[in-house]
Amino acid sequence: MSALLKVSDAHVAYGKVEAVRSVSLEVADNEIVTIIGANGAGKTTLLNAIMGILPLTGSAAFAGADMASLDIEDRVAVGLSLVPEHRELFGTMNVEDNLQLGAFRIPKAIAARSFERVYTLFPRLKERRKQLAGTLSGGEQQMLAMGRALMGAPKLLMLDEPSLGLAPIIVADIFRTIGELRAAGVSVLLVEQNAQAALKIADRAYVMELGEFVLSGPASDIATNARVAASYLGFTHEGESAI
Amino acid sequence: MNTTIMLFLLQDGITNGAIYALLGLALVLVFAVTRVILIPQGEFVTFGALSYAMLATGQVPGTARLAVAMGVVAFGLDLYAARRSLRFKLVVRSVLLNIVLPVAILALTYALAGPKTPIAINIALSLLIVAAIGLFLYRIAFQPLAHTSVLVLLIASVGCHLALQGLGLVFFGAEGLRGPALSNAAFTVGPLRFTGQSIAVYGLTIAFIIALWLFFGFTLMGKALRATAVNRLGARLVGIRTTLSGQIAFLLASVIGAISGILIVPITTLYYDTGFLIGLKGFIAAIIGGLVSYPLTAVAALVVGSVEAFSSFYASNFKEVIVFTLILPVLVLRSLAAPAVEEEKD
Repeated sequence: MSALLKVSDAHVAYGKVEAVRSVSLEVADNEIVTIIGANGAGKTTLLNAIMGILPLTGSAAFAGADMASLDIEDRVAVGLSLVPEHRELFGTMNVEDNLQLGAFRIPKAIAARSFERVYTLFPRLKERRKQLAGTLSGGEQQMLAMGRALMGAPKLLMLDEPSLGLAPIIVADIFRTIGELRAAGVSVLLVEQNAQAALKIADRAYVMELGEFVLSGPASDIATNARVAASYLGFTHEGESAI
Repeated sequence: MNTTIMLFLLQDGITNGAIYALLGLALVLVFAVTRVILIPQGEFVTFGALSYAMLATGQVPGTARLAVAMGVVAFGLDLYAARRSLRFKLVVRSVLLNIVLPVAILALTYALAGPKTPIAINIALSLLIVAAIGLFLYRIAFQPLAHTSVLVLLIASVGCHLALQGLGLVFFGAEGLRGPALSNAAFTVGPLRFTGQSIAVYGLTIAFIIALWLFFGFTLMGKALRATAVNRLGARLVGIRTTLSGQIAFLLASVIGAISGILIVPITTLYYDTGFLIGLKGFIAAIIGGLVSYPLTAVAALVVGSVEAFSSFYASNFKEVIVFTLILPVLVLRSLAAPAVEEEKD
C-alpha cells in the first residue's frame, strides 16, 4: 500500500535548538495513526512542520508528491488539513461562516454536501449555527475546529490534542467521531497526551520522547508495551504504580 | 450665530465628513486585514484627483507611467520570491497582472485622453490607474514585510507616503489643480443650496458603505478577508492566501481614496501634498472607531467634518489644531477603558 503521507529523516529547529530530530513516519490511506508522548516531546512542532507552519529539513511527501515548495495554503489544496492545538477559529464570526470558510478552496456544489456531512457528524453545530464561534464551549469549539477542517474535504486530517481541556464525556464523543472519519474515507494523524484513548482507536502508533521516535508499531502492541504502560498509561504490568 | 449660518456650516461639515468617512473606512479595512496603518491613503486621494484633473485637460498623467514602473518592480519581486520553484503558470499569472495590466491601462489612457473625452471615461481611467498603483504598492512594500510587527509596517507606510508624495510633485507640479464637476445641477431647499456635486458625495458615500457591508457580510471573499483579520493562522489553515487578502484590501483602499479625490477636486483646489491632511482626518475618524468599527468610524468622520466646519468659522487659524486635538480625549478615554495590551510577541 502506498503511503498517503511519508516523512523521512525530518528535523525541525527553533533557531539552534532542535525540537524534532531525525523523525520518519508514514500514514497510509484510510489509516488512523497516533503519536503519543509527554509534554514538550515535540509532537506539536512536528505537526506544524508537516503543515508548513514551521520549516522542516528532510523530506515530506503527500500522495507521492514532495511538499517542499508548497505553502500552507497549497498543502490545504492538495488535501492535507490541520486542527491546531489552539483551534484558531474565527471567534467573532458565527459557526456557519466558520464552516463555510473551511470550504474556501473547494467548489460550491461540493461545499453544500460537506455542510450536511459535518452537521451529521456534529448535530450540536447545527443547533448553534448562528452563534459566534468565540462564545461556544470548549467542546463545541473543538467540534467546530474539526468540522471546519472537514469542510475542505481533506484526505488526511491532523489533529493536535483534540481532548485538551475537555470534560471526559466530551472527549469520548470526540474520539468516537474520529473513529467514524475512517468510514468517510479520511485518514487521521492524531497527536495526543491521552495515550489510552488514542491507542484504543488507532491502527498504529509512534511514541515520541525528547524530539525522537523511540518506539513504533501496531497500536495494540504499543498499548501492551511495558515501557509505554509505565510512562504513559499510568500503570505497570507488574501491578506497581508508576511514578 | 443665526440658524442659516449654522445650517450652512453643518452642510459643509457633513459633505467633508462624508469624504473623511470613506477614507476612514478604507483605513479600518486595510488595518484589519494587513495591520498596516495606511498613511499613503492621502496619496491615493491626490493621485486620483489630480490624474482626473489632468485627464480633463487632455493630458496623460504621469501616474499611468508610474503604474507601469511599479508593475515591472512587482514582477521582478514575484520572480525573485519564486526563484526556487518557477512554475510556468505562476510566471504567466505574474506577467498578466504586473506587466500586461498596467501597460494596457497606459495604452488605454494614451488612446482615450483628449480635451473632449467624456467625464465618465476620465473617471474610469483615473480609478484604474490608482487601483493598479495601490495593488503594486502592497506587492512591493508590504507583502515582503507581512509577518513583521505593526511598528515596522507603520515605518514602511511613512516611507511609502514620502516617496509617493515626492512623485506627486514630479507628476503634477507645485501648482494646484481643479477638476470639472460631475454635475452642474443644483437646487435649493429653504436657505440651503445643494449642488449636484454634494449630492454625488452623499450618494457615493452611502453606496460605498452599503456595498462594503454587503461584501463583508454576504460574500465568501468578503468573509475570507474578515477571517484573515480575525485570525491569520486560522485563515491560512483553511487555504485563504493572506497575500490575496492584502491585495484586495489595498485595491479597495486605493479605489476608495481615488473616488474621494475625484469627488472633492471640483470643490477645492488640490495640491500634490493636500491628500496627506485629508487622509489624516480620515485617520482621526478611524482612531475614534478604534481601528475596528466601521459604523463608529463613519459617525466619527461626520463629527470631524462638522467640528472642522465650525472651527473654521470661529477660529480659522486654529482649524487644524482643533480637529487634531479631538484625538487626545479619545486616546485618553480608550486607554482608560481598555486594559494595557501587550505589543505582539515578535
